Amino acid sequence: MIDIYTRRRITNRLGLIVSVLAMAFGLFWLGWILFTLLNHGLPALTSTVFTQMTPPPGSDGGLLNAIVGTLMMTIVGTLIGTPIGILAGTYLAEFGQRGWLAPITRFINDILLSAPSIVIGLFVYEVYVVHIRHFSGWAGALALAIIVIPIVIRTTENMLRLIPNTLREAAAALGAPQWKTVNFVTLRAARAGIITGVMLAIARISGETAPLLFTALNNQFWNADMENPMANLPVVIFQFAMSPYEDWQRLAWAGALLITFSVLTLNILARILFRQSASNH
Amino acid sequence: MSGFLQEARLKRQVWLDMLFRGMTRASAFGVLVLLAAIIGSLVIGSMPAIQAFGFNFLINDSWNPVTENFGALVPIVGTLVTSGIALLIAIPVSFGIAIFLTELSPQALRRPLGIAIELLAGIPSIIYGMWGLFVFAPLFAEHIEPWINDHLGTIPMIGAFFSGPPMGISILTAGIILAIMVIPFIASVMRDVFEVVPAMLKESAYGVGATTWEVVTKVVLPYTRIGVVGGIMLGLGRALGETMAVTFVIGNAHKLSMSLLEPGNSIASALANEFTEADGELYTASLIELGLILFFITFVVLSIARYMLYQLSKQEGKAS
Repeated sequence: MIDIYTRRRITNRLGLIVSVLAMAFGLFWLGWILFTLLNHGLPALTSTVFTQMTPPPGSDGGLLNAIVGTLMMTIVGTLIGTPIGILAGTYLAEFGQRGWLAPITRFINDILLSAPSIVIGLFVYEVYVVHIRHFSGWAGALALAIIVIPIVIRTTENMLRLIPNTLREAAAALGAPQWKTVNFVTLRAARAGIITGVMLAIARISGETAPLLFTALNNQFWNADMENPMANLPVVIFQFAMSPYEDWQRLAWAGALLITFSVLTLNILARILFRQSASNH
Repeated sequence: MSGFLQEARLKRQVWLDMLFRGMTRASAFGVLVLLAAIIGSLVIGSMPAIQAFGFNFLINDSWNPVTENFGALVPIVGTLVTSGIALLIAIPVSFGIAIFLTELSPQALRRPLGIAIELLAGIPSIIYGMWGLFVFAPLFAEHIEPWINDHLGTIPMIGAFFSGPPMGISILTAGIILAIMVIPFIASVMRDVFEVVPAMLKESAYGVGATTWEVVTKVVLPYTRIGVVGGIMLGLGRALGETMAVTFVIGNAHKLSMSLLEPGNSIASALANEFTEADGELYTASLIELGLILFFITFVVLSIARYMLYQLSKQEGKAS
């Protein structure tokens, strides 16, 4: 019979060992996935990837049209989503103390934040693609914008809430109208945090595949016209990786490496930026 | 004269104030409109299927584009089972990670390790899918599935769940990859709620001689229970709606089987695979109805998650 102290010590030791193992388990997958990407992606990442279009199977080519398509749709999506997100976030933090709108919006927004992105794609298909009768870059950008909005709303509200009320009172005491207080005092003070949120939103949408499947679809050729179906990295990766052709799969790995490292870099940059601004306060 | 100008300027400011407030209010209202529009458009889009199949759609296990006989049972079960497997794996692991990050890790390592786990959440889901298809599934088929077949597959009663062809493409593979994907979400919520436990509570427990494990399980966990469950539900919401990671490895087979080693289908991957190729009004409408069902399930799960997390922050507000 082990006495109670030994038993407690053993339980403690076991529990803690398991928790260290869990941490190692998490890091293990991160390491493994990144290693695989480098291993398969680096040899495939030649200069033609950036200079040529996506090829038909069996011939040489690159991902230029897909890279440009992803960049364009991400930029347009961010440009549409960010202002709406910041305005709505401002309402929640600055004007929404009373009434029913703010609490309900906050709740719905938190749900949209993790809503399945493929449903967003279906939605844009139903309200836009069906009516214009063809897939288009605009539809893709619209779907991405819908994903951006809840992320920006959340961070904007959180950041504005960190601004001390004394700043608002000081502005009011100087006779500044509310719109000036918000635009030139509180939003400006929360700028770094909001930019962080936008960067995280960009990181999120630049890797999104599901909402683009039914909206931008894909395009094998060079296309900078957002009216037409548009190539984009995630969908190209999807199509090429699922194909039986080895050169397509190689390009898919190159694209996967590109997209993962840009997304992770954005993530890390956003955190560094936020940390720096937080230590300035 | 100048008084008149002053008044005009003031009026202008009042007007600008109203305009600005109106704009922010309209944007906030836009979020509600968006939700209503999503639900509305999905309902309208799936009307032909709802009219043709009615309630039967939910319990019909066939999916035949040729005879236009569609039922959602297979993808619904696939979605629930893969998410269930994911949670079974992810909950204990996330709990361990959260304990490590809040109680055990040296101060200097806390931030970098926390960021590393969050980066796992940053990796686009298509990368998980690709990695799963090319790297994980072959290894799984070669080394782990035969073992599962031999050892778990022979147990009476539950054996049927674990016997099947070792192909690597299966419900189980999809569940494991989903688990890796949702671990960072659950772990970071758990870490955040563990951090709100007042230091005094923990120190009192340590003061009367509790071990770290006892502090975590008897003080921290009861204090944060609602938040922990909220975090788990949040992870579940993610897992249910995840598309690309699952599509690559689940096999997209519209059939119901007992074994977890058989390929299956989930709502999201059925949509991803078939939607652009679906011809015929009923086929498209059935797929949209699948989307509606998915949205409904995740909406309920996420609502519960948010409600629980709000409860925790309310409780925290009362305590301080």
